[in-house]
Amino acid sequence: MNRLKASKLDLLIYVGPALLLLLGIVYIPIVQTGYFGLMEWNGIGEKTFVGLENYLALLKDSKFWGSAYHSLILAVASIISLIFYLTISFVLASRIKGANLLRKIYLIPMLLASVAIAQLWMKIYNPSNGMLNIFLMKLGIENPPAWLGDANLALYAIIVPTIWQYAGFYILIYYAALKNVPESLVEAARIDGASPFHIALKIKLPLIMNVVKVTIVLAAVGSLKYFDLIYIMTGGGPSGSSEVMASYMYNTAFNKFDFGYGSAIGFFLLVICLVATFIIQRLSIADKDLY
Amino acid sequence: MKRFKKAHTFFLACIVGVLLVLGGCSSSSSDSEVSGDGNKVVKFMHIWPPGSSKTQNQIVESVVKKYEDDNPDVKIQVEYLENEQYKDKIKVLSSSNELPDVGVTWAAGYLKPFVEGGLMADLSDVLAKDNLKDQFVGGTTEAYAFDDKTYGLPIELNIAPVYYNKEIFKKNGLEVPTTYAEFVNVVKTLKSSGVTPIALGNKEGWTGSLWYMYLADRIGGSTLISEAIAQEVSFENADLEQAAADFKELAELGAFSKGTNGLSNDEAKIEFLNETAAMYLMGSWELPNFTTSDETTQEFKDKIGYFNFPNYESGAGAADSWIGGPGVGLFVSEKSKVKDESKEFIRYFIEEWGKQSFTKAGVIPATKVDTSSLDLPQMNIDVLNDLNKAKSITLFADVQMPASAADTHYNLLQSLVSGDITPADFTKQTEQSLKSAK
Repeated sequence: MNRLKASKLDLLIYVGPALLLLLGIVYIPIVQTGYFGLMEWNGIGEKTFVGLENYLALLKDSKFWGSAYHSLILAVASIISLIFYLTISFVLASRIKGANLLRKIYLIPMLLASVAIAQLWMKIYNPSNGMLNIFLMKLGIENPPAWLGDANLALYAIIVPTIWQYAGFYILIYYAALKNVPESLVEAARIDGASPFHIALKIKLPLIMNVVKVTIVLAAVGSLKYFDLIYIMTGGGPSGSSEVMASYMYNTAFNKFDFGYGSAIGFFLLVICLVATFIIQRLSIADKDLY
Repeated sequence: MKRFKKAHTFFLACIVGVLLVLGGCSSSSSDSEVSGDGNKVVKFMHIWPPGSSKTQNQIVESVVKKYEDDNPDVKIQVEYLENEQYKDKIKVLSSSNELPDVGVTWAAGYLKPFVEGGLMADLSDVLAKDNLKDQFVGGTTEAYAFDDKTYGLPIELNIAPVYYNKEIFKKNGLEVPTTYAEFVNVVKTLKSSGVTPIALGNKEGWTGSLWYMYLADRIGGSTLISEAIAQEVSFENADLEQAAADFKELAELGAFSKGTNGLSNDEAKIEFLNETAAMYLMGSWELPNFTTSDETTQEFKDKIGYFNFPNYESGAGAADSWIGGPGVGLFVSEKSKVKDESKEFIRYFIEEWGKQSFTKAGVIPATKVDTSSLDLPQMNIDVLNDLNKAKSITLFADVQMPASAADTHYNLLQSLVSGDITPADFTKQTEQSLKSAK
């Protein structure tokens, strides 16, 4: 402890730059956003203080809750898709032929920019000459849906590329975790006559549970603030049917010139993400022996 | 050991110090309005990247170069961004008071918050000097005026004709429609022969708004929609509701591209360029694609004609009125430290642009053009003549409306197409959004 005290200046110098940066580009803007949320402001002219009006309006805004519901669908879908990623990782980690090559293939979508992915899938979904609809028409379906142009389907049509986009990321994490499971345990189970399915479910899965929990938090919070594919592929449309919280915030601040209300949405979004993280962690820490 | 530590600390402190000093230097030098050799620097931001707007970009480059040659003591620092990104960046820059000295702006509803925030310089003196105002087509500078002061000088003037593919029309035995009833017939015939009648990308909303504007203009006359937007009359009006009903009917007939609500304007345009769609309603800024651009083949260009939106037999509208208006204009920042030079530059720019934009890019400038001496594709000259003859030009709805109402307007048009709302809901909700935006 004395040693620490002696080098306080050292500490400051090492931590200082990072702390300044973090304060400047993360924490101060957060406080600022919350503060702007108290204003009526079009982003350009004078700010007028309106107190909690924006936040109160937000609680009653059916469009906001609609977008929050869409975000929730997205979050649930991406948490469910973790099962799918996990299954693939189990297969990859069980020393099948070409596992290395496959792992790299799964990683490709992650290396693409979101904009490129969005453009790619917009081409696939194009209602009259997209790959998907041409395929469906070849199968004899006369009037295939318009996907991104259909208010009932647009959100689900976007979920597919998001699942595809993050596959590589989660598979990589799970794969690394699975490779860390001691081979001796697996060997022992095998000698005792456990089937590969049992080994996966009863031995490997419990051992990597901590990693799974972290990915659940990542997936949930990531999809609550999800923005880029939606912004490019539908812009939140048609008629707001694929609007999520982040795109609603963007549209309010930048397209409707309402920075005050937009900031209130942004701040609220932050609160929701924090609450979601807290709840998920609480739920998953239930079995304490893991910690 | 202790000495070593001290040296270590000192070393780190030095690094931090140097970094801070360097950081300070770089930002202060980029802020200065005077460059190293004593020249004044005017920052100019525009929306024509060389990739997507090649000809416009070249014109800007040549004007800037010419201006710098004529005024050796002024340097123009050019920056460009694509349309939507430009709009975003301008908003961010204006909230931190760092607007460029000269920039591109849109008229009326878009410009209003900037003017109210005191960010734009009054350009009335530029207009008054040497009667510059007389060089503009009547009604164009007014779209940039608030309280008799002009805050932007227009450089583009557009009308929106319906472009059509003559060959597809001929194959189906169709003539250019002269009444709305004929137009609906054209749509039905094309649809039954498996052609997409109208290429429309309604994802962006303003594209569908063009169709709605024409319907409203033809049914209710050329002033009704503007009055309703200005809240002089209610938007809940039988004629405007009828226009919404007819727009909905067109969508139900399958007149628009399949999945139009999910298509961007560019995606829809491809259908027209690939000749799978027969008609395309768009501003005259698209003209180069059908006349001078080297991106499309001559064979295709020959197939394309245009007509004005047809009139109703019973409607109040006139066939020689158009939807359109000044496109973009130039502004000078109120906070600029080189305001005089900036004003001088936009004056120069507007004159040069007027000379070059129509002949080189096919973009109609807001200043008057003398066509007699020009060697131009016939379609360009026809559009320009129609523009000069136009009885009235109704400003694009999204330019007239406040930003939040325009956003609602787009969403409602999408809902009309998908059949989620009735025409009565449409007018009612538009009225509400116009009221609350006041």
